[in-house]
Amino acid sequence: MGPKPGTIPQETPARILRLARGTRPTHLFLSVFICVHLWITNFFHWPTEMQIQSMHFKATASAKLNDAVLQTALKKSKGKFVDGRAAAVAEVDLWQDIRTHAAALRDRVIDNLDAYLIEFEKNAIARGAVVHWAETAEEANAIIVGIARKNGVQTVTKSKSMVSEEIALNDALEADGIEVVETDLGEYILQLAHEPPSHIVAPAVHKSKEQVADLFVAAHHRPRTTDIAAMTREAREVLRSKFLNADMGVSGANFVIAETGTTLTVTNEGNADLVTTVPRIHCVVTGIEKVIATLEDFATLIRLLPRSATGQSAANYLTLTTGIKHADELDGPEQMHIVLIDAGRTKLVGSDMKDMLRCIRCGACMNHCPVYQNVGGHAYGWVYPGPMGSVLTPTYVGIENAGDLPNAATFCGECQVVCPVKIPLPDLMRKWRERQFDRALRPFGERFAMALWSAFATRPALYAFGSKIAARVAHWWGGKDGRITRLPGLDGWTDGRDMPAPAGKTFRELYAATRAKSGKTKSP
Amino acid sequence: MSARDNILARIRSQSGRGGATSEAELTAVRAHIAQRIRGPLPSIGRDASPDRFVQESERLNSTVAEVASRKDVPQAVARYLEKNGLERRVVGWPSLATLDWSTAGIAFDNRQASGEDLVGITDCFCGIAETGTLLLLSAPTTPKLHALLPETHICVLSRARIVASMEDAFQLLREERTELPRATFFVSGPSRTADIEQTMVIGAHGPYRVHVVLVP
Repeated sequence: MGPKPGTIPQETPARILRLARGTRPTHLFLSVFICVHLWITNFFHWPTEMQIQSMHFKATASAKLNDAVLQTALKKSKGKFVDGRAAAVAEVDLWQDIRTHAAALRDRVIDNLDAYLIEFEKNAIARGAVVHWAETAEEANAIIVGIARKNGVQTVTKSKSMVSEEIALNDALEADGIEVVETDLGEYILQLAHEPPSHIVAPAVHKSKEQVADLFVAAHHRPRTTDIAAMTREAREVLRSKFLNADMGVSGANFVIAETGTTLTVTNEGNADLVTTVPRIHCVVTGIEKVIATLEDFATLIRLLPRSATGQSAANYLTLTTGIKHADELDGPEQMHIVLIDAGRTKLVGSDMKDMLRCIRCGACMNHCPVYQNVGGHAYGWVYPGPMGSVLTPTYVGIENAGDLPNAATFCGECQVVCPVKIPLPDLMRKWRERQFDRALRPFGERFAMALWSAFATRPALYAFGSKIAARVAHWWGGKDGRITRLPGLDGWTDGRDMPAPAGKTFRELYAATRAKSGKTKSP
Repeated sequence: MSARDNILARIRSQSGRGGATSEAELTAVRAHIAQRIRGPLPSIGRDASPDRFVQESERLNSTVAEVASRKDVPQAVARYLEKNGLERRVVGWPSLATLDWSTAGIAFDNRQASGEDLVGITDCFCGIAETGTLLLLSAPTTPKLHALLPETHICVLSRARIVASMEDAFQLLREERTELPRATFFVSGPSRTADIEQTMVIGAHGPYRVHVVLVP
C-alpha cells in the first residue's frame, strides 16, 4: 500500500482539442445521443457504467449505500459536523481574512520548502532531537523499527497519525515483534476491529455503539455495555497501564515549527499528550509539508482548524513538544526522533497541484461532500477519503490505481468553500480527470464520447444543429405524456426515475423566435 | 546521496531552482521568521477580560471559582472537593506546597503525579480569554502530568495573567523566557471524545474535571 515514486505527467491543455479535431462525427444521431448521454451523466454525475481499472470505488460505494449501520452513522455525523462548523465559524469575524492569511502563510513555506525544512531541522537538533529523512514509506518504517530495536522497545503507544496509516507503520512494528497500542479511542476501536479509519478526524465514525460493545467484550472480557460513557471509561482503564508502561510513544504532528524546532499535536482526549510525555522515547512521524514558519502562524492556523474540523472553538489539548527533557525534569522523553517523510509529497511541489500541500487535515471537505456523506470513507479505498483524498491518493499511489476517485465528485464546490486554507479542490480533481483522459486511462467509450462532445462544443453551428436534432428526438422519445422513462444504455438511471422530455425546440430557437416577435432581430 | 539530500534536491528541481539551498535563501527565511507576523485577529481574540475567560472556560465544561487572595486557594479547593464528593487528597506542584493545606483539611502531596492520583493541582503560565485556555510550561518544578493523569485538574490562575489571544500568550512567553520549554501545553477544558457515534463524552484519557481558581 506504500506510495510509488514517479512523476506527474505534464498537462497538455491543447490535447483535448487536438483529439477532438481528429475525430469526425460520421453518424449524427449517434453523436447527438452520446452528447445527451454525457449531459445526463455529467449533470447528475451518475457513475458511468464502465468499470475503471484497479480500484473498485463504484462497487464499494454501491455496497456502502446499502449498509444500514453505515448509513445511520453517516446521517448522524453529517448534521453534527456541518452544523457544528457553521455555528463555530459564525463566531469569528474576519474568518475570510484569516483563511486568506492562512493560505498565504502555507504557500510561503511550500514555495521555499527546502529552506524551511533546513531551518526546522537545525532548531530541532539544537534542542536535542534527532531528525531523520525518509523518501518512501519503507524507509520511514525501517528508521522507526530501527530506533525501536536499538533501544530494546517492546511496547509502543501511538496517538492518531494519518501519516503512520499511510506508511502502515503498525504492521512494520508488529512484524518486528513489537506491541503497538493505538490510544485515540476511535483508532483503538479500529485496531480491535482490524479496520482502517474511514475519516481523518473521526476514524471510527462508521461504527455503531453495538459494534464497539462487541469488540470490547471480545478484547476486554468485561460485561457488555452499550452505554457510550461507560465504554469510554472502560477504554480509559484498559489503556491507562499501556500509557504508563510503554517504552516508546509515536505521534504524528499537526504542524512542525521552523522557528523553534517544535512538533505539535492537537487532540481532545489527552492521549497524544500522554504518548509524547510518558515514554522514554518520543518518535514523531510526519510529512515534509507540515512545516510552518512561526508560533504566530500556528496561532492563526489553530483558530481555523478545530472550528473547521469539529465545530469546536478550541481543541482540548495542544502540546508543542520541543526537544528532550532536561536532566532534572520529572517527565518527558530522553530521546526525541522526528521522521520527515516525502512518500510522494515532492511530486506536488512546484506542480500545478501544489495548492494541495497547504492542507491542514481538518476533514471539512469530506464532512461537506455529498459523495462522502453517502458512501463514507472506506469506499475511497485508501487512507485519505473525500475530496482531499481524491486529490492526494492519485498522487501518492498513482492515478492508474485510483482512477475513480477524481470522478467521485458532483463538483458542487462546497469543499473549496469550507476549506480553511482555500484549496481549490474541484479544480485539482478536474486536473486529475484531464490527466486520465490524456493518458488514455479512462475507458474507450468515455474518451470517444468526450472527443465527440469536444467536436460539437468547439463548433457553434454544429452544436446548434446537433442540439436541434437532439431536442426533437428526445421530444418524440418522450411520447404523449412528455416523460422519458427509458434510455437505451442508461437503464441504471431510468430504472429509478423518469426525465421530463424537452419541449422539442432548443433555447436558442425559442430565444430567436421571441426576439423576432418583439421586432428585434439582433441579440444585444 | 542521503535521503535528506535527495528530498531537498527534488524540492529544488520541482520548484525550478537548481543547486543547493543558498545561504541567501536561508537568511531570507530567518528574516521572515524574525518578523513574527501576526494574522488577522478577530474580535473574540481582542478581549482580555476575566469575564470572557470565565465564559469561554465554562463553555468548554471547565468550572471557575474566584478568591480574594492566593492564601485562600486551599479553602476554595476544599469547597470544590466537598461539592464534587472527591477525597481531600491532592498531588500538586512545589509552587503550591507552601500554602496552608492542612487547615483546609487537605493532604497535599508534593511529588510527581502517578496514574492512581485522583486530584492534581497546578499553577499556570497564563490564561487565554479567547478560548478559555490554560497555558502550562514544563520545567523541573512544573511537570505536565499533574494536569493530565488525575481525574480532576485544579489550576490556579492569576487574573493579571489573562491575555486575550494565543498571539499575546506567545508574546508574553518571548518576553519572559529565553526559549520554548520542552512541553508548551494548552489545556481547554476536561478531556473529551466523540469517537463513538459522535456522542460527546467528557473524560477520555485526561481529566474528567478542570477547575480554575482565579486569584488576583
